[in-house]
Amino acid sequence: MLSAGPTPRVSLDTWEFVIAAENGTEYRWSWQELMALPQETPMVDIHCVTHWSKLGTTWKGVSLDTLLDGVDTGAHFALAHSYGGYTTNLPLDDLRGGRAWVAHTFDGAPLPPEHGGPARLLVPHLYFWKSAKWVRGIRLKTMDEPGFWETAGYHDYGDPWREQRYQGD
Amino acid sequence: MTEMSYLDGNMLDGPLRELFAVDLSTAIGRCENCGMTGSIASLHVFSHAPGLVARCPSCESVMLRLVRGPDRAWLDLRGTTFLQVPLPLEQTHPGPL
Repeated sequence: MLSAGPTPRVSLDTWEFVIAAENGTEYRWSWQELMALPQETPMVDIHCVTHWSKLGTTWKGVSLDTLLDGVDTGAHFALAHSYGGYTTNLPLDDLRGGRAWVAHTFDGAPLPPEHGGPARLLVPHLYFWKSAKWVRGIRLKTMDEPGFWETAGYHDYGDPWREQRYQGD
Repeated sequence: MTEMSYLDGNMLDGPLRELFAVDLSTAIGRCENCGMTGSIASLHVFSHAPGLVARCPSCESVMLRLVRGPDRAWLDLRGTTFLQVPLPLEQTHPGPL
């Protein structure tokens, strides 16, 4: 497991997920509210930038399509942010179309803190540093804003099939 | 499952030696966030990551990030206000003869 810092311990009583639109409007879900949304169980391959892949992983979570439904936005970019301060940027389109989830269960068990629990972003078609552990929210942006690794040499988009590891790849 | 652990800043010696002519293991750095001033060797380095992330031992803010690509490196020191590097005593200028 990879981590850029200490593992945050987040109580489910205080956990929240916030989508902040570019006009300042915030859309919030508590843990109970997240659990009350339609749940999906994606089985996906994941690809880490440090040259490993894991095939056929099973998750449970809420699709970003569900969370973004009803969010009024004209933004094209998203900056995911986490408990502990981590950030990563993605085009908003990559969070849509059944390709991204806020995942809270891995292999049938609650996601442990070391693996990003209570909930992490799951965007399996991009390198796994885009699947922010301990996700707390997403800021919708009209301009692309690079995140934690993207400001330190890593690729802005991170397509594993094009091996977009570093800037310029 | 074990808690994610970190290494001490002495492990930065090799990776930074690629970039700098001076030995930074004995350098002093100041944390931009909390003002802690201490040796680079005292930083908490998280190496199980796509790069090296060195955090302040006092407030856990990121003081240094080093990413090593196959043919390039990126160094981010925005969390470090200064680096104080020990140098040999400057030779007294001999003055006009």
